[in-house]
Amino acid sequence: MTPQLALLATLDGIAYAALVFMVAVGLTMIFGVMRILNVAHGSFYAIGAYSAASIVLGLTAAGMNPWLVFPGLLLAAVGVGAVLGTLIERLLLTRIYTKEPVLQLLVTFAVFMILEDVQRLVWGVRPYFAAEPVYLLGNVQVVGIFYTAYQLILLPTVALLVLVGLRLFLRRTLSGRLIVAVTEDREMATALGINAGRVFLLTFVLGSTLAALGGALASPTTSLVPGIGADMIVLSFAVVAIAGLGQVEGAAIAALMIGLGRSFAVYVMPELEVVVPYLVMVIVLLIRPEGLFGVVERRRI
Amino acid sequence: MTQLSWLHRTVILALALGVAVMPTLYPWSQVLLTLALAKGLAVLGVVVLLQAGQVSFGHAMFVAIGAYSATFLGRALGGGDLVVVLLGGVLTSVAFGLVIGVFVVRYRYIFFGMLNLAFSMVLFSLLEKFFHITGGSDGLRVLRPTLFGQSLDRATFEGILFYLTLALALGLGWLVHRYLQSPLGQALSAVKSNETRLEYLGVSARHVLLVGYVVSAALCGLGGVIIGLVQGLVTPELGYWVRSGELVFIAILGGASNVTGAFAGALVFEVVRTYAAAFAANIWQMILGGVLLLIVLFAPGGLIALYGNSVKKLFARTRTEP
Amino acid sequence: MKTWRAAIAALATASLFGTAAAAEKPSELRVGVTTFLSGPASVFGEPARVGAEMMVREINERGGIGGVPVRLIFVDEGAGGEHVVSEFRRLVEQENVDVMFASISSGNCNAVAPLAEDLGVLNFMWDCGTQRIFEEDDYRYVFRTQAHATPEMLATLLYLLKAKPDFQTIAVVNQDYAWGRDSWDIFSTALRALKPDVRVVAELFPRFGAPDYSTEVTRLAALRPDVILSTSWGGDLDTFIRQAAQRGLLQQSTFVLPLAESSLERLGRSLPPGHIIGARGDHYFLHPEFRDDPDFQGFMEAFRAETGAYPIYPVFHMSQAIAALEAAYLRAIEANGGAWPERSQVVDAMAGLTFQGLGRPVTIREDNQGLEAQLIGMTIHVDEFPFAVLDDMVIYDPRDITTPVGMNSIEWLRSLTPDFVDSVRIDRFSHAQ
Repeated sequence: MTPQLALLATLDGIAYAALVFMVAVGLTMIFGVMRILNVAHGSFYAIGAYSAASIVLGLTAAGMNPWLVFPGLLLAAVGVGAVLGTLIERLLLTRIYTKEPVLQLLVTFAVFMILEDVQRLVWGVRPYFAAEPVYLLGNVQVVGIFYTAYQLILLPTVALLVLVGLRLFLRRTLSGRLIVAVTEDREMATALGINAGRVFLLTFVLGSTLAALGGALASPTTSLVPGIGADMIVLSFAVVAIAGLGQVEGAAIAALMIGLGRSFAVYVMPELEVVVPYLVMVIVLLIRPEGLFGVVERRRI
Repeated sequence: MTQLSWLHRTVILALALGVAVMPTLYPWSQVLLTLALAKGLAVLGVVVLLQAGQVSFGHAMFVAIGAYSATFLGRALGGGDLVVVLLGGVLTSVAFGLVIGVFVVRYRYIFFGMLNLAFSMVLFSLLEKFFHITGGSDGLRVLRPTLFGQSLDRATFEGILFYLTLALALGLGWLVHRYLQSPLGQALSAVKSNETRLEYLGVSARHVLLVGYVVSAALCGLGGVIIGLVQGLVTPELGYWVRSGELVFIAILGGASNVTGAFAGALVFEVVRTYAAAFAANIWQMILGGVLLLIVLFAPGGLIALYGNSVKKLFARTRTEP
Repeated sequence: MKTWRAAIAALATASLFGTAAAAEKPSELRVGVTTFLSGPASVFGEPARVGAEMMVREINERGGIGGVPVRLIFVDEGAGGEHVVSEFRRLVEQENVDVMFASISSGNCNAVAPLAEDLGVLNFMWDCGTQRIFEEDDYRYVFRTQAHATPEMLATLLYLLKAKPDFQTIAVVNQDYAWGRDSWDIFSTALRALKPDVRVVAELFPRFGAPDYSTEVTRLAALRPDVILSTSWGGDLDTFIRQAAQRGLLQQSTFVLPLAESSLERLGRSLPPGHIIGARGDHYFLHPEFRDDPDFQGFMEAFRAETGAYPIYPVFHMSQAIAALEAAYLRAIEANGGAWPERSQVVDAMAGLTFQGLGRPVTIREDNQGLEAQLIGMTIHVDEFPFAVLDDMVIYDPRDITTPVGMNSIEWLRSLTPDFVDSVRIDRFSHAQ
């Protein structure tokens, strides 16, 4: 493999990792705070993507200023996260916080199954594609190969902003600190009078919005078909498990590992491409079950 | 509850008898019931681990391992014998269960679940990838085995398989029930309630869990072999994570604390799915999801608890009546 | 056990048909159809379902088949293989369907074909691509009302060899599942036989349903192959083509896309002119031989009015299965002196049957395989349509390009020589004509 090809593989890996990171980081935050592995997270990704595509296609059809599509993508993500996230958290999850983890998991599994059919009823089965944002930004040339600026520049930039923004939010703002407090020690935090219910809602909406944002940003580059959520959710599980549950920065690094592993595999051993994320996950978990950056849980006596 | 145990036994036997005569009345139901019972065997495996509070998100992998190894064996033997194929599938699952189990029993709760998921996804990807050996996503045709050297036509074979599966379900259900009552099985529930105390008693929690894990792998493998034989085809989809979720779903639907629940859950699940898919082909997933939500929210003990409550009420009423 | 069941079956038959020897006209002709209503393959399954309902409505409006209305019962293949198998049983044994159409997925075809044979129910493999089934076993009850992967791939390759005879390098990007692998096996075997000097520079099999092909596109852009083959379909093909188009790959290499007829309308103008498109048969909403036919035109427009899109090849495949159903029953009724036929008489009527759906007529061969023509064309942009349409179309005679009876496809392809290219019978058409 020449250095040039290695550079190309790296660029591809980063673009892919950026999308995976945005979805996975939402999942890991929700788990960190609520201790629920949210299977329905993949549905937020899918619905975010479908809504974004509808908005972009609608704007384009209405002949509006094409640059409006970018706020459109953001609007789709926030809308899905806020409306659907609030509904699910308030109507369903609040009823199960005291239940066994397996029941909590199954509730999200049930939501996932229901939302799979909702997507089909709303958007049908024809693949959706709304590439307008990619065309607007044009192409960039790197060592003789065309890349879309959207994938090469916009996606990694947004991912980086999300990472930095989350860090600042969690460390510098009151709401963020409350989230961190609940993540680290729920009993102590509630004993100190933190309203866990509010923190849960905030986290769930934020996490869902991130998943929907991942979907919205993926929609201009990929076809939306039934079943995209199911695939994304296992991939995010892999990222979250590799990073360690609840690890925001760790999720970024794990996403990069998977993205780069995958793109290098395409050059070196294409046959391995599909297995890469799960192989990495098995190896990491066997060596460090709490994940690369996870904290060992204390055992109760 | 001991005074009720005769009632439970009678109910179980009556239900088994009911299942046994269904195919004579409705021939089409035979395949459905065989599949449901086979799935019940796999769910029984998940139930064993649930006693220890451990949820595997990857146990469909053992279903796939059982199904594929039996298929390979059958193809190598030009069909093979039913007994050989069944044993071969189960033994391979046990072997895999032992190897994977040695790693995963070191972990608990979410980590246990995740690691199982990871292993199952590796297996799933490999089954799809090694197309020239596994037939990729189209899967492999399962050759119909002989029985003690006797070759069978489809109707006879399916009849035999159905009653064999029913017998296995009853026999293994009873054995697993006994196993859970035994000290080893009790130790399994101690892993859930207080593992440290268990270790103070000098019992290795890992060992206890490993035994449970291998038992569960064997049950899932057996279920997988039967599913493969009924279907006449094995595909990687048998081991996909959604299938693992389904097994947990059925366990909870039936009632995770109980052996009978596994089979009750599997029967109800198959029937609901069949009718939902037949009469509401567009929204069968939504219907299943709705059923799951209702169970978790309003009857977390599953069907068995619903049954138990109604029996209790019945008894309470007869007692208050003069 | 068995005597019991036989007695019940006999009782049921007696009560159903009375004591007369000839079958009485049933109140309806029940047809079970397995198709994808969920999952990624529902891009094929849904249009086929809508098409089937429209065609059956039309049949019933003119009084049904031989005076008996047709009723369709659908099974979702997206619910998994075991669901398809158990539903197949239920439809045959409980709903008492007369004919089954199964299926889209080759895996399901593999599972269901021996089942249909054992149950003794007439089964049409209406859309699956695998060439193996009739090459490995003989069937009485199972028929294929369309072609299979071998003629589909071979026609595409023959077109490529004529359209671009000097190409030196080829790369393949297929979905990583049985169809992707099988179709490449067939294509590459034929390529080695017909043009041995071509070099395969990359064989990429991205995951089925992969959301992103950037890495593949980059690698292909660096390799600069003359030709890029992809037998992908649905969302996967759309994504691959769009990402490749966004990055200029379609200007650099000639794409050969044997299933892209089903993506033309969705891809819009992002598929530029000059690429080779196939349709798994002679399936095209502007079929050069029928586009002026009012019935054909009427169906295309009615379908578009109902679904918002022109029919794609699964709809054509469905039309062939329904045409076969009608033709077989009419033939069996005629053979039975105008009386409603027994089911075995309908199976007998399938031998050598010719029927015509929305494309050229299809004939059932002695090994139960349908002989279906193949249409391949080159993309062109025209003013009437906001998406690429086909020009320089060639329709291949199926007798020349279908694996001969009793032969294995791969062995047959290996035995071909380069002069085969000029020996096949073709008809040429242009878009403007």
